[in-house]
Amino acid sequence: MNGPAKHATGATVDFDRVSKQYDTRARGTPGAVNDLSFHVPAGKICVLVGPSGCGKTTSLKMVNRLIEPTGGRILLDGVDTAGRDVTELRRGIGYVIQQVGLFPHQTIGQNVATVPRLLGWPAARQRERAEELLTLVGLDPARYRDRYPRQLSGGERQRVGVARALAADPPVMLMDEPFGAVDPIVRERLQNEFLRLQEELAKTILFVTHDIDEAIKMGDLVAVMQLGGHLEQFAPPAEILATPASEFVARFVGADRGLKRLSLSRVSDLELRPAVTARVGDASVEARRRSATDPFPYLLLVDEGRRPIGWIADDEIPTEGRLTERMAESMSPLINRRTTLKDALSMLLDADVQAGIVVDRTGAVLGLVTADMIAERMRETAGDARFAAVDLEAIELAESTAMRATAATPAEPIEPAPT
Amino acid sequence: MIDWGWVADHLDKVAFRTVQHLYLAALAVAVGFAISFVLGVIAVRWRPFNLAATAIAGLVFTIPSLALFAALVPITGLSILTAEVPLVLYTLVILLRNVVAGLQAAPPDVREAADGMGFRAAGRLWSVELPLALPLMIAGLRIATVSTIGLVTITAVLGQALGGLGFFIYEGMNRYFATEILVGAIPTILLSLLADRAFVWLQARVTPWAQRSRLPAEATA
Repeated sequence: MNGPAKHATGATVDFDRVSKQYDTRARGTPGAVNDLSFHVPAGKICVLVGPSGCGKTTSLKMVNRLIEPTGGRILLDGVDTAGRDVTELRRGIGYVIQQVGLFPHQTIGQNVATVPRLLGWPAARQRERAEELLTLVGLDPARYRDRYPRQLSGGERQRVGVARALAADPPVMLMDEPFGAVDPIVRERLQNEFLRLQEELAKTILFVTHDIDEAIKMGDLVAVMQLGGHLEQFAPPAEILATPASEFVARFVGADRGLKRLSLSRVSDLELRPAVTARVGDASVEARRRSATDPFPYLLLVDEGRRPIGWIADDEIPTEGRLTERMAESMSPLINRRTTLKDALSMLLDADVQAGIVVDRTGAVLGLVTADMIAERMRETAGDARFAAVDLEAIELAESTAMRATAATPAEPIEPAPT
Repeated sequence: MIDWGWVADHLDKVAFRTVQHLYLAALAVAVGFAISFVLGVIAVRWRPFNLAATAIAGLVFTIPSLALFAALVPITGLSILTAEVPLVLYTLVILLRNVVAGLQAAPPDVREAADGMGFRAAGRLWSVELPLALPLMIAGLRIATVSTIGLVTITAVLGQALGGLGFFIYEGMNRYFATEILVGAIPTILLSLLADRAFVWLQARVTPWAQRSRLPAEATA
């Protein structure tokens, strides 16, 4: 990969007791922020999530000083933003918004080169950079460079918006619901592409969304905010799901947070169950003996490359002769190590034999995964029993109140139930 | 009906009056636009000013043109100024409104993106708000020019030194001479049509981005 990856990576971002109070509560006034402190390490994605009016967008805009805080400090790489020239500050921070805000009167190439142009780069270098970035976000420069924004689809415009924000290779990016205006299928694709991009770019990203699923998917860290601009919890997504810090967080995350948590773990996180295998042509009697020593009631028949062919039930294995392919009765879904536990579980529920066969890149068997193993993994990471109660309560609350303005009342911290 | 012999004898005069007509109209529109632009830039930043300026411009527009020319004669005499002041004033009501609307045409997300990327106020005005104001500004210029070309004929009441093609209309009416009236009226109408088309052409030239897409927008994400 040439280009951005070689350049500066992210800077740290610190919120130090940041507040924004408004005198008026007129309609359309952005959400206030109250005594917000958190630290985002360089190169991480921090997602600010919460109901509308919780101050997440206000917090984001205070970083590039589109909104000035009324209290506290925001530090980029340890330097207080309040002391910096606001124009120079903004040119050094990538900014992506939901409505994209492309300049309708400029071509895609000119749009992408906006900040380099403001910084006075030579024209040739601006052009080169624009092409490089269009390629990076998956748009062929030859086809898109000279078009106008209105000639692009919503998803294409969002990509251009990301390319434009990356143009001057800023260490920090602010993204305000960047994928909120496109349909779910395109959103999913843009999210995945962006995560892949981020692996190379390693920018420090503040990302605003109201969608908890997007927060869990995109965030290395998630800041759950509550109306009035209070920070309810600041933690990695797994921790938010496993141990919500308050009733509000539990409710916001949703009653299905157990299932959501499954999408954070992958098969590679599990210790696989060894599979008892036998090759085609092996002696049946020997295979039968080996399979009997294992409690799993099936033998997995494999080929020369240890690629699975199918299951043979233990009591169906002949007592003499050799194993043949035709003995295999059924097959299980093949799962690779990158599959999320949520997807793995879903595949298992459809299968005849309740075990998924985990294979490596060549298709060779690595081991088995069962629903029990996934459930066990959930119990290990779930923390303690008290959250079972929260889940029940969350279901009731979700049904009755469905995240209305009742969220305005500060949530009480959950007391651990006596065990 | 038309005395072609008279027309042939007076071609040089028709040419002179046509040029004069265009000059009087262009001068009024140019000055009117310059004033509207300055007022408009102030108006988009300061709402009370916008309301006041728009109201005054609207009020001026209600004054009958003949009365306004007459009212100015004691002050500025029968000079070109007496012709131009009302012409300019009448352009203001159209141009000011369109300049203001044009400068407000940049969508909020575009402004926010510009601010977020580090445009200074002047840079944003010049590189973002002005280009996006062009369609409405040119539309305003088009209407103002067409209406001014019509109004210039009335300046003939201020004497033979003024009036453009209106000179023929005015003189023809005094002499009950239909040919001369038509020699004034028809070229005036042609000038208006020509100006109208010219601005349509200009609009398409300077705002290619606002034209209907020549490339099919592709449905791929």
